[in-house]
Amino acid sequence: MSIVISKQAMVTAVPGSASATRFEKNRATREPLWVKRIILGLGLTFFTIFLLMPLLAVFVEALRKGLEVYWHALRDPDAIAAVQLTLLAAAISVPLNLVFGIAAAWSIAKFDFRGKQILITLIDLPFSVSPVIVGLMYVLVFGASGWFGNWLVENDIKIIFAVPGIVLATVFVTFPFIARELIPLMQAQGREEEEAAVVLGARGWQVFWYITLPNIKWGLLYGVILCNARAMGEFGAVSVVSGHIRGLTNTMPLHVEILYNEYQFSAAFAVASLLAILAVFTLVIKSWVEYRTHKPGH
Amino acid sequence: MAKSRSFSVLPGFGLSLGYTLVYLSLIVLIPLAAVFIKTTELSWEQFWNVVSSPRVVASYKLSFGASLLAAAINAVFGMLLAWALVRYSFPGKKIIDALVDLPFALPTAVAGIALTALYAPNGWLGQYLEPLGIKVAFAPLGVLVALVFIGLPFVVRTVQPILEDLETELEEAAASLGANRWQTFWYVVFPILLPALLTGFALAFARAVGEYGSVIFIAGNIPMVSEITPLMIITRLEQYDYNGATAIAVVMLVFSFVLLLAINGLQAWTARRTGRTL
Repeated sequence: MSIVISKQAMVTAVPGSASATRFEKNRATREPLWVKRIILGLGLTFFTIFLLMPLLAVFVEALRKGLEVYWHALRDPDAIAAVQLTLLAAAISVPLNLVFGIAAAWSIAKFDFRGKQILITLIDLPFSVSPVIVGLMYVLVFGASGWFGNWLVENDIKIIFAVPGIVLATVFVTFPFIARELIPLMQAQGREEEEAAVVLGARGWQVFWYITLPNIKWGLLYGVILCNARAMGEFGAVSVVSGHIRGLTNTMPLHVEILYNEYQFSAAFAVASLLAILAVFTLVIKSWVEYRTHKPGH
Repeated sequence: MAKSRSFSVLPGFGLSLGYTLVYLSLIVLIPLAAVFIKTTELSWEQFWNVVSSPRVVASYKLSFGASLLAAAINAVFGMLLAWALVRYSFPGKKIIDALVDLPFALPTAVAGIALTALYAPNGWLGQYLEPLGIKVAFAPLGVLVALVFIGLPFVVRTVQPILEDLETELEEAAASLGANRWQTFWYVVFPILLPALLTGFALAFARAVGEYGSVIFIAGNIPMVSEITPLMIITRLEQYDYNGATAIAVVMLVFSFVLLLAINGLQAWTARRTGRTL
């Protein structure tokens, strides 16, 4: 569901101080100063308590016992294994959902067929499923007593409590991100440019590569960056299918949980700070893409 | 389908739609169906016993109650924040605007331990709340705080674009007809924002009901007091009680799907009101 929102930010007028003066200079659209102060005061207090302080707390807690402890926690072999597994899960699930997103957006935006609206709703479905239920689903299908349980055991294939299960759960929770970004974008761009290219003799891949891709590249980057952030940060779904085997099936968020439950708070926050840096990096890229796509004349 | 295809000169319809449907079925639809099929192994009575056991019912009350309250808090403060971001210029605005999406980008487990650190009895905020007798961490109030964090961007990001698109002429007309600022807001601006506000509220609510990672650290998970419904599923899973876990999951899924339909309806309403598709 989150993407339903973030997508809007892309098509909106540029959010910036320039547009606010338009309201502030107009007597009909501005409030008395005391009202403005109350709204700003309440809004910014809420922002500080619920967003700024949790973010700062991660870094302060991580460095509470000094840089030595911080570096030690990050150099721990289990932490390094967790980072590697998180990178692996993202490196598999993001490209899978990228290919899906392009295929889904191409079929939905460039063609008419019955049931299109239902298909769009179904693509959104993973956003409304609790992460815990995502894990449960895959346990029911691939677990030892699940649908394929016996077959998997006979063939010595491990999915649940192993890396494939973690990848599957990650693919599910990040499923709609790129598709939800591309579908409205490609629908808004229409079909004329591609049709013209085909009429002029371009092949299918040429049309996609030279016409469609340049048109959707910013939306694509936007979707990929949000998909990646969720893929690296997923906790609930991955927690159910992981089995928490240290050094083997622990992702970074799960490693944070284990350290925290062992009262190694500084170490937990040290690993958490890496994820927080990723989050800030994601927001920077996201704002940059929004800035690029809002540029006058774009 | 074949008929409509003949209207298009573009290639790749069969391939792209086929791939979409296969991938959607394998990753989403078939595993989801497994949950519903698994419940058929239970008799109606067994199912009812699981989903209406006192500990589970207590978890519904907390999950749904705290989620509703968190969404309501977000509706009020999210609206204020959206208003400030669109209508006022102040230092640091661009950074604040970007940081509003932090709950989307920050992993839930990180948010969970950070909020716990803030509200623990010796934390930055907890040390002032504790003497007042307000217990946040390891209590139901902590669940509420985590759910407010998780749902914060939804209302801001649904209301903000509608507010930006709003023509100043409407408010100028209201002002010239003698309306004061509050009347202009209440009778002119607010009705336009309402569908988006409700959509944001519903999205925040839907997200909060299923949330797990940020809540379990701060909740304390005391049976009958501060256990959320997703945790009840985890508890059953840890006891290898797959039937029990599935029964509770079905209750949550049915609720989520009804909510999803409601949200689709709200978004259609917003689109009709404002000409903007969500």
